[in-house]
Amino acid sequence: MNRFLIPLAIFGILVGFLFVGLSLNPREVPSPLINKPAPHFELPQLHEPGKTFSQKDMLGKVWLLNVWASWCVACREEHPVVTELAKSGVAPIYGLNYKDKREDGLAWLRQFGDPYRLSVFDIQGRVGIDYGVYGVPETYVIDKRGVIRYKRIGPLTPDIVKQKILPLLDELNHG
Amino acid sequence: MSYRFIVLILLLALGGIAHAKEAAPAAEDPVVERRAMALAEELRCLVCQNQSLADSNAELAVDLKNQIRDKVKRGESDREIVDYMVARYGDFVLYRPPLKATTLMLWFGPLILLATGLAVLFYRLARRRKITEVELTEAERARAARLIEEGSEADPR
Repeated sequence: MNRFLIPLAIFGILVGFLFVGLSLNPREVPSPLINKPAPHFELPQLHEPGKTFSQKDMLGKVWLLNVWASWCVACREEHPVVTELAKSGVAPIYGLNYKDKREDGLAWLRQFGDPYRLSVFDIQGRVGIDYGVYGVPETYVIDKRGVIRYKRIGPLTPDIVKQKILPLLDELNHG
Repeated sequence: MSYRFIVLILLLALGGIAHAKEAAPAAEDPVVERRAMALAEELRCLVCQNQSLADSNAELAVDLKNQIRDKVKRGESDREIVDYMVARYGDFVLYRPPLKATTLMLWFGPLILLATGLAVLFYRLARRRKITEVELTEAERARAARLIEEGSEADPR
Protein backbone atom coordinates (compact mmCIF):
# COMPACT_ATOMS: atom_id res chain seq x y z
CA MET A 1 0.00 0.00 0.00
CA ASN A 2 2.77 2.39 1.03
CA ARG A 3 4.42 1.68 -2.25
CA PHE A 4 1.72 3.59 -4.09
CA LEU A 5 0.64 6.03 -1.44
CA ILE A 6 4.01 7.70 -0.90
CA PRO A 7 4.74 8.52 -4.57
CA LEU A 8 1.14 9.62 -4.95
CA ALA A 9 1.45 11.96 -1.96
CA ILE A 10 4.72 13.39 -3.33
CA PHE A 11 3.08 13.86 -6.71
CA GLY A 12 0.15 15.62 -5.05
CA ILE A 13 2.47 18.03 -3.24
CA LEU A 14 4.34 18.73 -6.47
CA VAL A 15 1.10 19.46 -8.31
CA GLY A 16 0.14 21.80 -5.46
CA PHE A 17 3.39 23.75 -5.77
CA LEU A 18 3.15 23.95 -9.55
CA PHE A 19 -0.46 25.09 -9.36
CA VAL A 20 0.44 27.92 -6.98
CA GLY A 21 3.38 28.76 -9.25
CA LEU A 22 1.04 29.15 -12.19
CA SER A 23 -0.93 31.89 -10.49
CA LEU A 24 2.16 33.85 -9.43
CA ASN A 25 3.22 36.73 -11.60
CA PRO A 26 7.02 37.02 -11.82
CA ARG A 27 6.63 40.60 -13.04
CA GLU A 28 5.20 41.64 -9.72
CA VAL A 29 8.42 42.15 -7.88
CA PRO A 30 7.75 43.23 -4.30
CA SER A 31 9.00 46.79 -4.13
CA PRO A 32 11.45 47.55 -1.33
CA LEU A 33 10.09 51.10 -1.38
CA ILE A 34 6.82 50.26 0.34
CA ASN A 35 6.69 51.99 3.73
CA LYS A 36 9.78 54.01 2.88
CA PRO A 37 9.84 57.76 2.29
CA ALA A 38 9.20 58.65 -1.34
CA PRO A 39 12.61 59.38 -2.93
CA HIS A 40 13.37 63.05 -3.40
CA PHE A 41 12.94 64.67 -6.77
CA GLU A 42 12.62 68.15 -8.14
CA LEU A 43 11.72 68.18 -11.80
CA PRO A 44 10.50 70.72 -14.34
CA GLN A 45 6.79 70.60 -15.06
CA LEU A 46 5.61 69.28 -18.38
CA HIS A 47 3.32 72.21 -19.19
CA GLU A 48 5.47 74.94 -17.66
CA PRO A 49 9.15 73.98 -17.97
CA GLY A 50 10.11 77.09 -15.98
CA LYS A 51 8.41 75.76 -12.84
CA THR A 52 9.44 72.74 -10.85
CA PHE A 53 7.57 70.30 -8.69
CA SER A 54 8.92 68.22 -5.84
CA GLN A 55 7.50 65.40 -3.74
CA LYS A 56 8.08 67.73 -0.77
CA ASP A 57 5.35 70.05 -2.04
CA MET A 58 2.85 67.33 -1.22
CA LEU A 59 3.72 66.76 2.45
CA GLY A 60 0.53 66.75 4.50
CA LYS A 61 -1.55 65.38 1.64
CA VAL A 62 -2.44 61.91 0.45
CA TRP A 63 -1.68 61.72 -3.24
CA LEU A 64 -0.96 59.45 -6.18
CA LEU A 65 2.03 59.51 -8.47
CA ASN A 66 1.34 57.92 -11.83
CA VAL A 67 4.25 57.17 -14.16
CA TRP A 68 3.27 57.46 -17.79
CA ALA A 69 4.69 58.05 -21.26
CA SER A 70 3.29 58.70 -24.70
CA TRP A 71 5.16 55.64 -26.05
CA CYS A 72 3.56 53.37 -23.47
CA VAL A 73 0.68 51.36 -24.88
CA ALA A 74 -0.58 50.11 -21.51
CA CYS A 75 -0.86 53.76 -20.38
CA ARG A 76 -3.59 54.27 -22.95
CA GLU A 77 -5.33 51.24 -21.60
CA GLU A 78 -5.29 52.55 -18.02
CA HIS A 79 -6.01 56.16 -18.99
CA PRO A 80 -9.82 55.95 -18.55
CA VAL A 81 -9.31 54.36 -15.11
CA VAL A 82 -6.94 57.14 -14.05
CA THR A 83 -9.36 59.75 -15.40
CA GLU A 84 -12.24 58.20 -13.48
CA LEU A 85 -10.20 58.13 -10.27
CA ALA A 86 -9.13 61.75 -10.76
CA LYS A 87 -12.73 62.82 -11.33
CA SER A 88 -13.90 61.14 -8.14
CA GLY A 89 -11.64 63.59 -6.31
CA VAL A 90 -10.59 61.22 -3.49
CA ALA A 91 -6.95 62.13 -4.00
CA PRO A 92 -4.98 64.29 -6.41
CA ILE A 93 -3.05 62.46 -9.09
CA TYR A 94 0.30 63.77 -10.29
CA GLY A 95 1.97 62.46 -13.41
CA LEU A 96 5.58 61.56 -13.97
CA ASN A 97 6.17 61.77 -17.70
CA TYR A 98 8.89 59.16 -18.03
CA LYS A 99 11.57 59.20 -20.74
CA ASP A 100 9.35 61.03 -23.16
CA LYS A 101 9.67 63.95 -25.54
CA ARG A 102 7.94 67.07 -24.30
CA GLU A 103 5.89 67.59 -27.48
CA ASP A 104 4.87 63.92 -27.53
CA GLY A 105 3.77 64.01 -23.91
CA LEU A 106 1.76 67.19 -24.41
CA ALA A 107 0.16 65.84 -27.58
CA TRP A 108 -0.79 62.64 -25.76
CA LEU A 109 -2.55 64.61 -23.02
CA ARG A 110 -4.34 66.75 -25.63
CA GLN A 111 -5.52 63.66 -27.45
CA PHE A 112 -6.72 61.59 -24.50
CA GLY A 113 -7.39 64.27 -21.88
CA ASP A 114 -5.30 65.28 -18.90
CA PRO A 115 -6.33 63.69 -15.59
CA TYR A 116 -3.29 65.04 -13.73
CA ARG A 117 -3.01 68.07 -11.46
CA LEU A 118 0.29 68.45 -13.21
CA SER A 119 2.94 66.25 -14.73
CA VAL A 120 6.66 66.46 -14.20
CA PHE A 121 9.10 65.74 -16.94
CA ASP A 122 11.83 63.11 -16.47
CA ILE A 123 13.57 62.73 -19.81
CA GLN A 124 16.63 60.89 -18.49
CA GLY A 125 14.62 58.57 -16.32
CA ARG A 126 16.80 59.26 -13.27
CA VAL A 127 13.80 59.84 -11.02
CA GLY A 128 12.26 56.71 -12.51
CA ILE A 129 15.31 54.76 -11.37
CA ASP A 130 15.06 56.24 -7.87
CA TYR A 131 11.45 55.08 -7.73
CA GLY A 132 12.38 51.64 -9.03
CA VAL A 133 10.31 52.06 -12.19
CA TYR A 134 10.78 49.27 -14.71
CA GLY A 135 7.41 48.70 -16.28
CA VAL A 136 5.47 51.81 -17.21
CA PRO A 137 2.73 52.53 -16.16
CA GLU A 138 3.34 52.43 -12.44
CA THR A 139 1.32 54.07 -9.69
CA TYR A 140 2.34 55.02 -6.16
CA VAL A 141 0.11 55.96 -3.25
CA ILE A 142 1.94 58.35 -0.96
CA ASP A 143 0.64 59.32 2.47
CA LYS A 144 0.66 62.59 4.42
CA ARG A 145 4.10 61.94 5.83
CA GLY A 146 5.49 61.40 2.34
CA VAL A 147 5.75 57.62 2.74
CA ILE A 148 4.99 55.25 -0.14
CA ARG A 149 2.16 53.00 0.99
CA TYR A 150 1.31 51.14 -2.18
CA LYS A 151 2.83 50.54 -5.56
CA ARG A 152 1.21 49.14 -8.64
CA ILE A 153 3.40 47.94 -11.50
CA GLY A 154 1.46 47.87 -14.73
CA PRO A 155 -1.87 49.46 -15.63
CA LEU A 156 -4.49 50.28 -13.03
CA THR A 157 -7.73 48.38 -13.50
CA PRO A 158 -11.18 49.19 -12.11
CA ASP A 159 -10.79 46.14 -9.81
CA ILE A 160 -7.51 47.30 -8.35
CA VAL A 161 -8.87 50.79 -7.81
CA LYS A 162 -11.94 49.43 -6.05
CA GLN A 163 -10.28 46.74 -3.97
CA LYS A 164 -6.90 48.23 -3.16
CA ILE A 165 -6.59 51.92 -3.87
CA LEU A 166 -9.92 53.35 -2.71
CA PRO A 167 -9.91 51.53 0.68
CA LEU A 168 -6.29 52.56 1.25
CA LEU A 169 -7.00 56.20 0.34
CA ASP A 170 -9.97 56.18 2.66
CA GLU A 171 -7.86 54.84 5.51
CA LEU A 172 -5.05 57.31 4.86
CA ASN A 173 -7.35 60.31 4.49
CA HIS A 174 -9.13 59.61 7.77
CA GLY A 175 -6.27 58.15 9.72
CA MET B 1 41.75 43.80 -59.62
CA SER B 2 43.93 43.24 -56.55
CA TYR B 3 44.02 47.01 -55.90
CA ARG B 4 40.23 47.14 -55.88
CA PHE B 5 40.13 44.13 -53.66
CA ILE B 6 42.41 45.77 -51.08
CA VAL B 7 40.32 48.94 -51.10
CA LEU B 8 37.20 46.88 -50.58
CA ILE B 9 38.77 45.02 -47.64
CA LEU B 10 39.92 48.31 -46.10
CA LEU B 11 36.47 49.83 -46.46
CA LEU B 12 34.86 46.80 -44.88
CA ALA B 13 37.34 46.96 -42.00
CA LEU B 14 36.63 50.65 -41.49
CA GLY B 15 32.90 49.93 -41.50
CA GLY B 16 33.49 47.50 -38.68
CA ILE B 17 35.32 50.07 -36.62
CA ALA B 18 32.65 52.70 -37.14
CA HIS B 19 29.97 50.24 -36.12
CA ALA B 20 31.87 49.07 -33.04
CA LYS B 21 32.08 52.63 -31.82
CA GLU B 22 28.37 53.11 -32.13
CA ALA B 23 27.33 49.89 -30.45
CA ALA B 24 27.83 50.38 -26.72
CA PRO B 25 28.28 53.56 -24.73
CA ALA B 26 31.18 52.09 -22.80
CA ALA B 27 33.32 53.99 -20.31
CA GLU B 28 36.60 55.24 -21.77
CA ASP B 29 38.66 53.88 -18.92
CA PRO B 30 38.98 50.09 -19.35
CA VAL B 31 39.40 49.56 -15.60
CA VAL B 32 36.13 51.36 -14.90
CA GLU B 33 34.43 49.47 -17.69
CA ARG B 34 35.63 46.10 -16.42
CA ARG B 35 34.38 46.78 -12.89
CA ALA B 36 31.07 48.17 -14.13
CA MET B 37 30.53 45.14 -16.38
CA ALA B 38 31.46 42.71 -13.59
CA LEU B 39 28.78 44.36 -11.46
CA ALA B 40 26.27 44.35 -14.28
CA GLU B 41 26.80 40.59 -14.71
CA GLU B 42 25.59 40.10 -11.15
CA LEU B 43 22.43 42.15 -11.54
CA ARG B 44 19.18 41.14 -13.14
CA CYS B 45 17.55 43.24 -15.82
CA LEU B 46 13.99 43.79 -14.62
CA VAL B 47 12.52 44.41 -18.02
CA CYS B 48 13.74 41.09 -19.45
CA GLN B 49 13.99 39.08 -16.30
CA ASN B 50 16.13 36.22 -17.51
CA GLN B 51 19.02 38.38 -18.62
CA SER B 52 21.68 40.16 -16.64
CA LEU B 53 22.05 43.91 -16.97
CA ALA B 54 25.31 43.31 -18.83
CA ASP B 55 23.58 41.16 -21.48
CA SER B 56 20.51 43.29 -21.90
CA ASN B 57 20.01 46.10 -24.36
CA ALA B 58 16.68 47.19 -22.92
CA GLU B 59 16.53 50.93 -22.43
CA LEU B 60 16.32 50.66 -18.66
CA ALA B 61 19.28 48.27 -18.61
CA VAL B 62 21.34 50.73 -20.64
CA ASP B 63 20.41 53.54 -18.23
CA LEU B 64 21.28 51.42 -15.23
CA LYS B 65 24.61 50.41 -16.75
CA ASN B 66 25.41 54.08 -17.27
CA GLN B 67 24.42 54.74 -13.68
CA ILE B 68 26.79 51.97 -12.54
CA ARG B 69 29.61 53.39 -14.67
CA ASP B 70 29.09 56.84 -13.15
CA LYS B 71 29.19 55.39 -9.67
CA VAL B 72 32.33 53.37 -10.39
CA LYS B 73 33.96 56.53 -11.76
CA ARG B 74 32.97 58.40 -8.63
CA GLY B 75 34.82 55.77 -6.65
CA GLU B 76 31.90 54.06 -4.95
CA SER B 77 32.52 50.55 -3.67
CA ASP B 78 30.83 47.48 -5.17
CA ARG B 79 28.87 47.12 -1.94
CA GLU B 80 27.51 50.68 -2.22
CA ILE B 81 26.48 50.18 -5.84
CA VAL B 82 24.74 46.89 -5.15
CA ASP B 83 22.95 48.43 -2.15
CA TYR B 84 21.82 51.29 -4.39
CA MET B 85 20.22 48.81 -6.77
CA VAL B 86 18.64 46.71 -4.03
CA ALA B 87 17.16 49.82 -2.39
CA ARG B 88 15.26 50.48 -5.61
CA TYR B 89 14.44 47.10 -7.04
CA GLY B 90 14.71 44.72 -4.08
CA ASP B 91 16.70 41.52 -3.64
CA PHE B 92 15.21 40.32 -6.91
CA VAL B 93 17.87 42.24 -8.87
CA LEU B 94 20.59 40.11 -7.33
CA TYR B 95 21.49 36.91 -9.12
CA ARG B 96 23.03 35.73 -5.84
CA PRO B 97 20.27 36.19 -3.30
CA PRO B 98 21.36 37.17 0.22
CA LEU B 99 21.10 34.67 3.06
CA LYS B 100 18.07 35.79 5.07
CA ALA B 101 15.20 34.16 6.92
CA THR B 102 13.03 34.40 3.80
CA THR B 103 15.66 32.83 1.55
CA LEU B 104 16.66 29.90 3.79
CA MET B 105 14.57 27.47 1.74
CA LEU B 106 16.12 28.76 -1.45
CA TRP B 107 19.63 28.21 -0.16
CA PHE B 108 19.17 24.98 1.74
CA GLY B 109 16.11 23.41 0.10
CA PRO B 110 18.12 21.52 -2.54
CA LEU B 111 20.61 20.29 0.09
CA ILE B 112 17.77 19.07 2.29
CA LEU B 113 16.21 17.27 -0.69
CA LEU B 114 19.54 15.67 -1.55
CA ALA B 115 20.10 14.57 2.05
CA THR B 116 16.59 13.11 2.25
CA GLY B 117 17.08 11.27 -1.02
CA LEU B 118 20.39 9.81 0.10
CA ALA B 119 18.93 8.79 3.47
CA VAL B 120 16.04 6.97 1.78
CA LEU B 121 18.45 5.28 -0.65
CA PHE B 122 20.79 4.03 2.09
CA TYR B 123 17.92 2.88 4.24
CA ARG B 124 16.52 0.81 1.37
CA LEU B 125 19.91 -0.62 0.42
CA ALA B 126 20.57 -1.62 4.01
CA ARG B 127 17.20 -3.34 4.22
CA ARG B 128 17.70 -5.20 0.98
CA ARG B 129 21.06 -6.51 2.18
CA LYS B 130 19.44 -7.75 5.38
CA ILE B 131 16.85 -9.68 3.36
CA THR B 132 19.41 -11.40 1.14
CA GLU B 133 21.65 -12.28 4.07
CA VAL B 134 19.08 -14.55 5.77
CA GLU B 135 20.83 -17.80 6.63
CA LEU B 136 18.92 -21.00 5.75
CA THR B 137 19.00 -24.06 7.96
CA GLU B 138 19.75 -27.52 6.53
CA ALA B 139 16.07 -28.47 6.55
CA GLU B 140 15.09 -25.26 4.77
CA ARG B 141 17.74 -25.81 2.10
CA ALA B 142 16.45 -29.30 1.44
CA ARG B 143 12.90 -28.01 1.22
CA ALA B 144 13.93 -25.22 -1.15
CA ALA B 145 15.71 -27.73 -3.39
CA ARG B 146 12.64 -29.95 -3.41
CA LEU B 147 10.38 -27.06 -4.29
CA ILE B 148 12.62 -25.99 -7.17
CA GLU B 149 12.65 -29.54 -8.52
CA GLU B 150 8.87 -29.87 -8.28
CA GLY B 151 8.48 -26.52 -9.95
CA SER B 152 10.67 -27.48 -12.92
CA GLU B 153 8.69 -30.69 -13.37
CA ALA B 154 5.32 -28.98 -13.29
CA ASP B 155 6.46 -26.17 -15.57
CA PRO B 156 8.88 -27.52 -18.18
CA ARG B 157 10.46 -24.20 -19.07
